[in-house]
Amino acid sequence: MERIPILRMGDLLLVTIQVDMHDRLALALQDDLTARISETSARGVLIDISALEIVDSFIGRMIANISSMARVLDAETVVVGMQPAVAITLVELGMSLAGVRTALNVEKGMSLLRAARGPRGEESGDARAET
Amino acid sequence: MNTNGPSRLPELLKQHEAELLSEWIQEQKSSSRKGTQTSEKEVRARCAGFLDRLNKAIQGNGLADTGGAGWGDLREVLADVSRERSRQGFSPAETATFVFSLKRPLFALLRRELNRDPEALARETWASTELLDKLGLYTTEVYQKAREEVIQRQQQEMLELSTPVVKLWEGVLALPLIGTLDSARTQVVMETLLQKVVETSAQVAIIDITGVPTVDTLVAQHLIKTVTAARLMGAECLISGIRPAIAQTIVHLGVDLGDVTTKATLADAFAVALQKSGLTITRARGQ
Repeated sequence: MERIPILRMGDLLLVTIQVDMHDRLALALQDDLTARISETSARGVLIDISALEIVDSFIGRMIANISSMARVLDAETVVVGMQPAVAITLVELGMSLAGVRTALNVEKGMSLLRAARGPRGEESGDARAET
Repeated sequence: MNTNGPSRLPELLKQHEAELLSEWIQEQKSSSRKGTQTSEKEVRARCAGFLDRLNKAIQGNGLADTGGAGWGDLREVLADVSRERSRQGFSPAETATFVFSLKRPLFALLRRELNRDPEALARETWASTELLDKLGLYTTEVYQKAREEVIQRQQQEMLELSTPVVKLWEGVLALPLIGTLDSARTQVVMETLLQKVVETSAQVAIIDITGVPTVDTLVAQHLIKTVTAARLMGAECLISGIRPAIAQTIVHLGVDLGDVTTKATLADAFAVALQKSGLTITRARGQ
């Protein structure tokens, strides 16, 4: 079965969805990503959906769920590159993905993650040093 | 209908076409309003064309079924007249008068020709009245349609004209909305805004609603949708240009704008947008 690749960049994970998401693929991604976050203790996750052209309410909810799960595992999640048509569809479906961070492209997502992590990263580093 | 033999109308029309035409033109001249641009030559051409087609249609197809294919030519002439008159600013009544004014000369003709047979006169008069009424109503219909087409085209143009997305600064877009927001417009606004966000990789978009006359729950909902869609794409949306009256309405209606940043003026919103982009404005020379 095909799987969505999860790339590791330092303490960030990069998920690029290049194929049409179907339900089983989304569920597999959910499993893989949560496993990888706890494995690598990643601090940030970047989900690039710029190639995703069709969404339904299930995929929309999966995106929201995956980012909530990543947040529970203490990794900031940013969804980047959403197509206008996808954004309109999600809004019309009544899914505002509240609480999900978004950015226009990977570059902006990266800087958003870095900015969010910057001060906190040091703090947690200190905290870890103490324990 | 014509139980007492076939109608004599086709035959009479054919025989007296020229006569009828000149009488009809006289009739139109006397009934037309002052200062119209239609020249006599045009009227003559129109009338002659109409009578010619009417003759052909009647000879070929009889009086019944004016909606049929045999009457297509005549309907086309009428449609032309109707459209032209609606463009020139005639009223529907004046447009229909083009056809109705044929009644007097036609009836006069019938009276002259059939004065020895009152029964036939009554029958033919009724038949021709029915026919001309149908044709007259048809001109009104076309007139109405032509007007509706104009309205539709203008609406479409308004839709295209009224949703400009302007770039205020690197990464800052503004969308000045003018006029009432309905579902169709919101869709266009949303699409153009999101497209522009992708093109310019903007981080902040300001929706200015100074030109929106009223904000009701529906408009507010449309605004929130646009803001949410822009946020999903990673651009932050500010709403500016909220007039005091609109602020009051929004609160009275109990509309929850959520965590959308709202500002009273575009300038305020722009300042916020610059701040979010990490830019500041300073005076060139300290004074």
